[in-house]
Amino acid sequence: MNYDVLIGLEMHCEISETNTKVFSGARNSFTENSNTNIRPVDMAFPGTLPVVNKEAVKKSLMASMILGCEQPEYLYFERKNYYYPDLPKGFQITQETKPAPIGSYGKLVYECNGEEKTVRINNLHLEEDAASSDHYPSGSRINYNRAGVPLLELVTEPDFHSADEAVAFLETMRSIYQYAGISEADSKKGQVRCDVNVSIMEKGVDASDPNNWGTKVEIKNVNSFGGVKDAINYEIQRQLDLKEDGKYDEMEQQTRRWDEESGTTIYMRSKVDAIDYKYFVEPNIPKLKLSKKWLDEIRNNLPRLASERKETYINEYGISNYDATILVKEKPVAEFFEECIDLGANPKSASNWITTNLLGSLNKLDLTINDIKLTPSMLVSLIKLVDNKEISSKQAKEVFAECLTSGKEPKDIVEEKGMKQMSDEGEIVRIANEVLDENPDVIVQYKNGRNNVVDYLVGQIMKKTRGTANPSIARSTMASEIEKR
Amino acid sequence: MNYMSKSIEEIHEALKSGEVTSEELIKESLQKSYKLQDECNAFVTIIDDAKATKVTDELLSGIPYGVKDNYSTKGILSTGSSNTLKDYVPFFTATAIKNLESKGAVAVNKTVLDEFGMGGTGTTGHTGVVKNPWDHLRMCAGSSSGSAAAVAAGVYPYATGSDTGDSIRKPAAYCGIVGYKPTYGMISRYGLFPFASSLDHCGALTRTVKDAAIVVDGMKGIDKNDMTSFDSKDMHLYDSIDGNVTGKKLCYIKELCDINMYPNADDELKAHLENFMSTIEKCKSLGMDVEEVSVDETLLKASPSVYVVISCAEATSNMSNLTGFIFGPRSEGDKWDLEMKNYRTKGFSPLIKRRFVIGSYVLQSQNKDRYFHNAQRVRRLLVDKWNELFEKYDAVILPVGSGPAKKLEGSKDALDKNTAALEDHLQIGNFGGFPSITIPNGFVSNLPVGVNITGKCYDDINVLNIAYALESSMDYKNQIAKEAK
Repeated sequence: MNYDVLIGLEMHCEISETNTKVFSGARNSFTENSNTNIRPVDMAFPGTLPVVNKEAVKKSLMASMILGCEQPEYLYFERKNYYYPDLPKGFQITQETKPAPIGSYGKLVYECNGEEKTVRINNLHLEEDAASSDHYPSGSRINYNRAGVPLLELVTEPDFHSADEAVAFLETMRSIYQYAGISEADSKKGQVRCDVNVSIMEKGVDASDPNNWGTKVEIKNVNSFGGVKDAINYEIQRQLDLKEDGKYDEMEQQTRRWDEESGTTIYMRSKVDAIDYKYFVEPNIPKLKLSKKWLDEIRNNLPRLASERKETYINEYGISNYDATILVKEKPVAEFFEECIDLGANPKSASNWITTNLLGSLNKLDLTINDIKLTPSMLVSLIKLVDNKEISSKQAKEVFAECLTSGKEPKDIVEEKGMKQMSDEGEIVRIANEVLDENPDVIVQYKNGRNNVVDYLVGQIMKKTRGTANPSIARSTMASEIEKR
Repeated sequence: MNYMSKSIEEIHEALKSGEVTSEELIKESLQKSYKLQDECNAFVTIIDDAKATKVTDELLSGIPYGVKDNYSTKGILSTGSSNTLKDYVPFFTATAIKNLESKGAVAVNKTVLDEFGMGGTGTTGHTGVVKNPWDHLRMCAGSSSGSAAAVAAGVYPYATGSDTGDSIRKPAAYCGIVGYKPTYGMISRYGLFPFASSLDHCGALTRTVKDAAIVVDGMKGIDKNDMTSFDSKDMHLYDSIDGNVTGKKLCYIKELCDINMYPNADDELKAHLENFMSTIEKCKSLGMDVEEVSVDETLLKASPSVYVVISCAEATSNMSNLTGFIFGPRSEGDKWDLEMKNYRTKGFSPLIKRRFVIGSYVLQSQNKDRYFHNAQRVRRLLVDKWNELFEKYDAVILPVGSGPAKKLEGSKDALDKNTAALEDHLQIGNFGGFPSITIPNGFVSNLPVGVNITGKCYDDINVLNIAYALESSMDYKNQIAKEAK
């Protein structure tokens, strides 16, 4: 390819972890029941006023700090005026770049295919989401549950050069939002939505000079990471084809939309038709001074993110890079793991149990770690039962499977099933001799050189003890007792 | 029975002593409402089933009052005097009205205003022109036209008003009563239909200064639903009025008050300014120092334009929620945008539409700096100038308007350039959020005229005290309109 690609992202992510909406007292929680989380202000009844949710501001400030952005001295909100059926007030309360939004000029280091990359953040702002509409052949319906949900919009510089980089960045951001307790960042719930800017330019020219950039095409409403990847790749190819056909120079700066069904981008409007949003400062929200004390408090209590935790797992617990990566992929899994360690589990055993048995089972049952009844303390006691040789590892798997769904304590399951491993050597010697007494012909076979009959005899011990005898003790005992005959 | 023409204190005493009941007062007030409705068309709704309340130690308990129809009242039609909300019945009550209700006040009618408060004549409400009870050929001014007419006619001792430019204080002057808007944020705006949020104030129309203090005491209070409201629980307006003004310093502005500034002055203007100067003499005889000060005429003359730009810009945005989708009479149309267009085209009066066009124009990106931002800069200059005066003086005292109520026929809403600054200086009280009160100070052409006293923010008690002392030295306290034949 003789061209370089420049990609910028606008990532909208709902803040899901506040009790109420950003300017309204209505509940902020995802629900399948339409139009249940609503206060009068969410439907713009005359005379209703916005009230800023401090918790949403705090979460936004956390994101601003994690992204290395500057925080403003005063917090302002602005009105973005336009008419649309999903926007009951006829304006969205948001932040423009002037006065300063919740975060300006930061950067983030992320990993893409094992390589470290850096993206510059232009700004981060806090705004309210619009209502959602469902379209039917007979008409459209509006659901105001989403109206007023806090939304963080992150705008990057055009620093990505491939779809892979853009998606790797988005995945890193999702992990950050989850680890910081800002959002579930679940695309399935419509919590993450992106706009993508794509342009191509001759290879080798100075990319830091905007004059060398190609014509910018903005693609709106890409609602999954897979969609982002496909939209970028489609748009790059479309623009390359235009170059090929000599039609690139006719292309004007424009906004397109991603059509998931056809897997194509579709022309919406050119730059000359851009909407004038008539921004002005929201007069119902007095400018809020962000005190240094509050900012410091937030900064000093920033939660540990995935990258930091992974380092600890590798360096302090001796866990492999591969397993550590698996453990930090989802925050609840990392939390589960850390709780096991806090409860005294051997980190390697805990890691093994989680990365193989636990995640394997979740995958098989199509559950998340929040859906199961197994708690870290249960897993820890299970690990201890094995480490103390009270049950065999085979039995442990059985106990684990039951813990997962029943929520019973491993000890109780072991008791109920009579599984407790027999490690009393005197008792095993007694049973071994009982078995030998009952099988004189097998002893003869052994004496004749058929050493493998020992397996059969050990099996008889296991049978008599209903599998509770410690297998290695049973084996060594039988080996020595048969010699005595 | 004629209790409704008495002051709140007097009515309260009569109720306490058992001389009259709340039921009887309501009956009297309703009868007078119907009579005034025939004569002056002051009401959108007369609340026939208004319920009596228990008489307590609260001064407002058991006493009827009027509510401007841009306050939301639960279960009672609230139209803002606009066809766009002609059937709108809110399901919540404005905080200020709720506060009055909690003191036992009884709302008996909803009063006509200029559509959504956007006018100063009382002629643009959807139910028709409001006539001045002193002279049915004259206007009440506006936008609190119905409230002013009803209080002046003795329908009850007080009504609520709202004031964005002079909407309480101008009609009060034209109707010979008291109009008081306290410091911005003292009364919550939650539930008040917005016109221009940064300028909108709630307030009261009464016939005495003490009544104004009593009513605002009853309406005020910090509100979790209005971020611009402040805690004033330690401010007891009524209790703080002692009439002691010795040594207070007042100023008036030469460029507005000197008859020589108006070479084409008509007789009414001459009489009005002469009357104002005699009020100044009264102030001096009360022991106050009054000085004439000079303010740059260019700055004063800029005020009306600043007001138009800012109020229209905010109004355009504030009224974007009026689409007919969620409330209001839904219009026909093939698509949602046509439905909305039809609703707004049919629903709004030409005056409002003109203001929307202005508001939209001044916010457009190519005009915003020249108009909207410049207006905000001049607003700041005017407020700074007034604050500078308040450093030296306790209050600014100025005549209201250029004379008595204007004739309904033949007078245009368009302004006479010469007297524009005199007509519109009350807007500066809205620019700065200053406490500001108008009281009657005499008659010109047998019609009442008023004088205004404005002080610095949070200095309401001082303003009320000066007004009270001045009121006590004149003969216009608690006057009831007698139609000039």
